[in-house]
Amino acid sequence: MWASLVRIWAVAIKELKQLSRDRVTFAMIVMIPLVQLILFGFAINTDARHITAGVVDYAQSHTSRALVQTVQASQTVSFTESYYSPQEATAAIIRGDIKAVLVLPHDLDRRIALHAKTLTQDPAHTLDEPIGQWLVDGSDTLIAATVRSLRNMPLTDISNTVAPKPPVTFEVVQWFNPEQRSVVNIVPGLLAIILTMTMILFTSAAIVREREQGNMEFLINTPIRPFELMLGKITPYVFAGLIQVSIILLVGHMLFAVPIRGGLLSLFGAALLFICASLTLGLVISTVAKTQLQAMQLTVFVLLPSILLSGFMFPYQAMPELAQWLAEGLPATHFMRMVRAIVLREAELSSLEPDALWLVGFTLIGLALASLRFKKKL
Amino acid sequence: MSQERVIESHGLTKQFGDNLAVNGLDLSITQGTIYGFLGPNGCGKSTAIRMLTGLLEPTSGAVTLFGQPIKHHEESLKQRIGYMTQKFSLYDNLTVLENLRFVASIYGLGRQQRKARIQELIQLYELGALTKQLAGAMSGGQKQRLALACATLHQPELLFLDEPTSAVDPENRRDFWEHLFDLSDQGTTILVSTHYMDEAERCHALAILENGHKRADGTPQQLMNDMPATVFETQGPQLRQLKQQLVSHPEILSAAQVGTRLRVLVNKTCAQPATLLHTLGAEYCFDEVRPSLEDVFVANTGGRHVG
Repeated sequence: MWASLVRIWAVAIKELKQLSRDRVTFAMIVMIPLVQLILFGFAINTDARHITAGVVDYAQSHTSRALVQTVQASQTVSFTESYYSPQEATAAIIRGDIKAVLVLPHDLDRRIALHAKTLTQDPAHTLDEPIGQWLVDGSDTLIAATVRSLRNMPLTDISNTVAPKPPVTFEVVQWFNPEQRSVVNIVPGLLAIILTMTMILFTSAAIVREREQGNMEFLINTPIRPFELMLGKITPYVFAGLIQVSIILLVGHMLFAVPIRGGLLSLFGAALLFICASLTLGLVISTVAKTQLQAMQLTVFVLLPSILLSGFMFPYQAMPELAQWLAEGLPATHFMRMVRAIVLREAELSSLEPDALWLVGFTLIGLALASLRFKKKL
Repeated sequence: MSQERVIESHGLTKQFGDNLAVNGLDLSITQGTIYGFLGPNGCGKSTAIRMLTGLLEPTSGAVTLFGQPIKHHEESLKQRIGYMTQKFSLYDNLTVLENLRFVASIYGLGRQQRKARIQELIQLYELGALTKQLAGAMSGGQKQRLALACATLHQPELLFLDEPTSAVDPENRRDFWEHLFDLSDQGTTILVSTHYMDEAERCHALAILENGHKRADGTPQQLMNDMPATVFETQGPQLRQLKQQLVSHPEILSAAQVGTRLRVLVNKTCAQPATLLHTLGAEYCFDEVRPSLEDVFVANTGGRHVG
C-alpha cells in the first residue's frame, strides 16, 4: 500500500517535471483557455445582427427611402446594395453577396396608407396586401428567423399612426438572463469544451509518448503496477485543469460580466469530477492508440461530438432521442448541465446528484479499463 | 562460485508472422557468470532477451529464472532482475539525479536507503559532475553509465544488457566492462548481447546466434578448441586474386584479408589442409595460426556451420 503510494507519487512528480520543461504544453495550459474564451466569448453570438441585405425599390419615393431608413435603424439588417429587379437580387443572394433582399412595390405609398387605415379599423386584414416583401436565404435558420421577426415591424414614423398593441396570450418572464445575452450561456459552456479538449489531449498522448520515446521498455521492467502508472499520470493534470477553470471563470466574469451565482465549492467540485472523467477518457484513448498521431485523431473523434451534442451549441432537448442517448455517454454533456446550473441558476452540487454520480462512475470505469488494457508486455 | 542455475530455458521459440525470430533456444546459465549473446543484427538477440525478462510471451518453450518459471511470476521476479535496453530508455527531459530518484522510488527504496544508494552509484559511475544535466543532452558514454546505474539501482541478482556498448567509444567500453566484472565479482549474473568480438571474448561463456538459432556455445577457449575449422595465414602479392581462387573450393570455409595478411579457414573434415592449400596457391606459404573468436564466429555462421 505504502509502496503503491510512493510509486504513484514518483510518477506524478516525474510528469510534473517533464511538463514544466515542456514550454509549449505549459503555455497551452494557460493560453488555450485564455485565447479561446476571449475569441469565442466575443465571436459566438446567437442574436444575429447587421445581416447584409439589398433593396429593390420600385417606388423610388420619399416614403420608400424613409422606410429603408427605418428598417436599417433597427440594426437587424444593414442595406449594402440596391438592385433594379428581384432577379438581379436573387442572383446576388446565390453569389452570397447578401443574405436577404427587401422588395418595395410601385404603389408603396398607397399600400402604406391602406395599411394604416386597416390597422386602426380592421387589424385582422393587415396582411392581405403587405407593403413589401423580403426574399431571404433561408438555409441558415437563425438568419431566416431574424428577418422573419421584421414581419410585424411597426411603421409609426412613416404612416403617422399608432398601431394598437396586439393582444397578449402569454406573459413570458426570462429568468437568469433577462437581457438574453448569449455570452452568459456560452462562457460556462466553453468551460466544458476547453476542458474536454485540453484534458483529453494531455493524457491521450501520455502512454503513447512513453512508448514512442522508448521509455516504456524500461518502465514495464520495473515493479510498477498499471493502475499506479495511470493514477500518477493524471494527477498533475488535475491541477492543470483546475488552473484552467479558474482562468476561464475569472476572465468570463471580468470581461463578459458572466455572473457566478452558485457556490465556488460546488463549481470546483463539479469541475474536479469532470476533469477526472476527461483525463481517464484520454488514458483509455492512450492505451488504444499506437502512435501520438493516432491518439490525436481519436481525441478529435471524441471532441467533435462533445462540442455538437453536449448542449453547448444546440439545446439538448432539441435533439432526437438517439442523439440524446449518445450525448449521455459523453462526460461533457453532464458537466455542461451541471456548470450551467451552478453558475447561472445557483444550484448546489448536491442537487445535481445524477450527473455527479455519472461522472464518478465514468472515471472509475475508465481507470479500470485503462489499467486492464495496459499490458506490461511488448 | 556457486553452481546455482540462474537462467534456464528449454526450446524457447518466438515467431512473428512467418518469421522465426528465435528458434528452440536452450540455455543454462549459472550464478555469477557473464554470458554473452554474439550475433549479427537481427539474429534474435533482443527477442531472446525480451523473452528471458518476461516482456515478451514466447510462442513455445519455457524460461525458468532462479528456479522459478517466469510465467505467472513476472512481477515478483522484476525486483530481482535489472534490464538495460538497447536504446536509451530513461527520460531525456529529466536530469541525471531526477532519473535516479524516479527509478529508486519505483523500486520502492526508502528515503534513507534511496539517498545512500544514489550517492553510491553517482560515485561509482562518475556521474557527480552531471547530476543536474538533462539526460538527453549527455554523450553516449554518459548515457550508458546512467542507464547502468539505473538498471543496477535495486541491486538485482540478474542483469540483462542488450547491446550496451553500441553507442560508446572503445575507452568507455573498457571502463564499462570493468564495472561488469565488479558486478559479476559480487555475484551478479549478467547476460549481455553484442556484435563486437572483443566484447564477446571477455565473457565467461557465450552463445553464437544466427537467424534465431544457437550455432555454438561454451567458453571462448572451448569454442576456439572445438572450432570446426583450421586457421591459416599467408602473405604476399595479389591477395585479392588468391582469395577468389580459394573461396571457390568447397573445403575452404572463408578467406578474409586482415591488413597485409590473408586469413583462411579450412574445414576440419579436410584431412590434409596444408596440402590442399599448397595445391590451391602454390607460390604462397601458409602458416597454421591460433584461432580467434572471429574465426569461431565465421566458421559457425553464414551456412558454414557444421551440424
